[in-house]
Amino acid sequence: MTATAAPDASATTTSTVERLEAVWAEPPGLGSWLGTVDHKRIGLRYFYTGMAFFVAGGIESLLIRTQLAGPDLDVLGPEGFNQLFSMHGITMMFLFAMPVLSGFGNYFVPLMIGARDMAFPRLNAFGYWVLVASGIFLYSSFLVGRAPNNGWFNYVPLSGEAFTPAINIDYYAVGLIFLGISSTGGAINFIVTILKLRAPGMIVNRIPIFVWGELAMALQIVFALPALTLASVLLLLDRKFDFHFYDADSGGDPLLWQHLFWVFGHPEVYIVALPGFGIASAIIPTWVRRPIVGYTYIVIGELSVALIGFGVWVHHMFAVGLPNITLSFISLASFMVAIPSAIQVFAWLATLVAGRPVLRAPLLFVLGFIFIFVIGGVTGVMFAAIPFDQAVHDSYFVVAHLHYVLVGSAVFPIFAAIYHWGPKITGRLLNDRWGKVSFWLMFVGFNLAFFPQHLLGLFGMPRRIYTYDRDLGWGGYNMASTIGAFILAVGILVTIVNWFHSRTRGAPAGNDPWRGETLEWYASSPPAHYNFVTIPTVRGREPMWDQPELAGGAQPPEDGGRPLTEGHATLSTSMLDARPQVIVHMPHASVWPFLLTVALLVLAFAVLLDNWALSVAAVVASVGGLVGWYWPRGQTQET
Amino acid sequence: MVAGCGGDTPSVLDPRSDDARRVEGMWWVLFWISCAVVAVVTGFLLAAARRRRAELHVDDQIDRRPVSWGDRFVVIAGAAVPGGILAGTFAFSLVVLNDMGSGDRNLEIEVEGHTWWWEVRYPNGAVTANEIRIPVGETVELALPTADVIHSFWVPELQVKKDHIPGADNRLSVVADHAGRFRGQCAEFCGLQHAHMEIMVEALPADEFDDWLQREAQPAPEPDGADAADGRRIFERASCAGCHTIRGTSAEGTLGPDLTHLANRETLGAGVVPFTPGALDDFITNPQDAKPGVSMPPTELTPDQVDAVVAYLTELE
Repeated sequence: MTATAAPDASATTTSTVERLEAVWAEPPGLGSWLGTVDHKRIGLRYFYTGMAFFVAGGIESLLIRTQLAGPDLDVLGPEGFNQLFSMHGITMMFLFAMPVLSGFGNYFVPLMIGARDMAFPRLNAFGYWVLVASGIFLYSSFLVGRAPNNGWFNYVPLSGEAFTPAINIDYYAVGLIFLGISSTGGAINFIVTILKLRAPGMIVNRIPIFVWGELAMALQIVFALPALTLASVLLLLDRKFDFHFYDADSGGDPLLWQHLFWVFGHPEVYIVALPGFGIASAIIPTWVRRPIVGYTYIVIGELSVALIGFGVWVHHMFAVGLPNITLSFISLASFMVAIPSAIQVFAWLATLVAGRPVLRAPLLFVLGFIFIFVIGGVTGVMFAAIPFDQAVHDSYFVVAHLHYVLVGSAVFPIFAAIYHWGPKITGRLLNDRWGKVSFWLMFVGFNLAFFPQHLLGLFGMPRRIYTYDRDLGWGGYNMASTIGAFILAVGILVTIVNWFHSRTRGAPAGNDPWRGETLEWYASSPPAHYNFVTIPTVRGREPMWDQPELAGGAQPPEDGGRPLTEGHATLSTSMLDARPQVIVHMPHASVWPFLLTVALLVLAFAVLLDNWALSVAAVVASVGGLVGWYWPRGQTQET
Repeated sequence: MVAGCGGDTPSVLDPRSDDARRVEGMWWVLFWISCAVVAVVTGFLLAAARRRRAELHVDDQIDRRPVSWGDRFVVIAGAAVPGGILAGTFAFSLVVLNDMGSGDRNLEIEVEGHTWWWEVRYPNGAVTANEIRIPVGETVELALPTADVIHSFWVPELQVKKDHIPGADNRLSVVADHAGRFRGQCAEFCGLQHAHMEIMVEALPADEFDDWLQREAQPAPEPDGADAADGRRIFERASCAGCHTIRGTSAEGTLGPDLTHLANRETLGAGVVPFTPGALDDFITNPQDAKPGVSMPPTELTPDQVDAVVAYLTELE
């Protein structure tokens, strides 16, 4: 590998652009469509696919809310209801929130750190194809009327062979193992990219907070997902091969499932929340015209939530009969995990009050996020108190809390990001008036949908029931909740229509419509295939505000800009102080990630249907796919 | 609003026992602290909104001045104050936790969870289903086994919930301040009819309870009249006896609820329909109508036979 590249003093910008374009453009056609490794194309695919699943999950929720609008309704029977609430949870957590948040990460992390791609572009492509394949796999269960029907948390013994012999549960276990491959591969990619591919000068305390948020998410994924994978593998062994991991009568323990699931499941909610916090920290400075207050505290906050979040999982199990002493440790950690979140909230508030806010759609959605998330946060603290938790556990109070924190910390930031970064992605501004309409409909609809659910929980309504009696006094609150859900849905629809309309007919955005502070605004809108004409050297946390030579989109070599036109290359730097180390050559488009995914999809169906001969064949095909992927290509890869 | 919309709302905010009152008290403390936090945050959001400018201009001046109060604000408002409140709340919650479930237990009742009904067994041999009678003012210990999957016993006005876990010996203490009926239902998703697994706890004055308990342990009364006698014979010989017990007869099945004193119950199917002769007739004819998915199949008896069985069962007080 070559040592530090000397600035290429003889290249003019035009010929640099021509050479970069020649090297980085992906030719049209099926090969490129199946084989693209461009992080922007992949990120955008994650976004569209994730949002499609958001709509699916939303339709599931509207059906649920319709059934529950009044007592003893007959819109859905119990089996349909149970499949819908289970798939609603699975879809929203695994097929919407994680993909869209990784999608924004995929698109913007390389841009924000001044790199030309993620560290492992083919792994990136693979992660996307596996998401699509596992989504198809899971949703095919509806076609045979056998969608998972035991909740997204799938407790044993109900999900064991004895009580649910049908393939609903096998769909769940195989589907989540499959999907875990995508998340884990993506997480590893983010960690290496963020640690090793930052632009020169982007020392550790100049890393954009959105990037820190994606790093915190990725670190959690790497440690949490194995617990879910293990839980699912043990469940499949019990169901298919008569093992007894979860079977109390044979020396196993149903609580093993709960521990393994929640060791994953609690960090999972922070996996969903922390990128959302990062989005807020990215948007606020631009829209209040000043740098973020308390950068160091926010970063420590993000990483602390990620760490402490691994110590609280038993608070989902406060009613199972564990000793009080055990519960007390978890209770303490559950109270304490609120502090690093509170630090971030007050840093945002300080920045908002010290700056001059402009209340357009991006910032409105961030303000809405803060309000909604704080309400979710305070009810979360209530759950840390063991006696109160034991009273409202498994009731609608939990449903209210979880939607306040998840819709608050994921959906509202995602919509803020759509309005803030949409112009960078499409090159056109979205309609801001429609953005405000969407915000208010979503804000009012969301609170109307979920605030009454706190009361329903206090009034004794358990979760996961498909109907309820008319003399319990729950009907009015449920009706209000249903109306709110539909208003929320209309608000979401407004933004979806706004996006598609503005993509082709919005006002042109230019490189930097908001005068943002981080490096994604250094690139054009949409960015070129190669992201930047020169890989910049940064000298502060807000390079676009402090380094006027970046405004032209091509930092000159005398200021530290590196064209790096020799080959499909980006720059690798040292982890802490971002000194240039090595030029990394990126792979070109490759169809092997797609082919490997197809083999794995066949394997998934083969395992689902107990077809062991086909499973072996699919494993062999998968190994073949890996061999094809990694087969050394010698010099031709280095051009 | 606080107590719910009617006497039948099983509300955490309508405590009828010391433990439930402790939880309710804890709720109000948490609620007011939470209101204060939300008010403070909302105040800052509104203060920020007041500083708004109408438009964003690309050539806006960026304010690079350091915020002198920034770090201190974040540490105090974001860490020190919340840390103190949270530590205090944690300590308070441990004190409440320690006080819960105190009181000498005078009576142990086994409440076994089934899909989707509750089997209730008393020490003196009385066995019933879905309705639990307890003596007023005395602490009862409920043992919570399960016959199948995880269930959760929750009667909000009386006590916090506890799960029925296969292989575990979970216990819950329950005491009612005064006579009355207290409604609850299963709180852990347990399958198709999780929504229809209602619990009714009735607290009786001590002497009434003793009388009730003694009568409940007695075998079924003899049938009164030809119709009812027919009904008993049909019950014992048909598939009914394969699943149900009526003590004092040859029906000794254990898959379904004990029906020895069925006529005293208020509902059928763990709350899914009120108990009337007509509802019982319908339920026996096809229980899948009222509660799709239950283990009880549609009957093989003729309508006349069902009439006779209903005549017998409605006498079982």
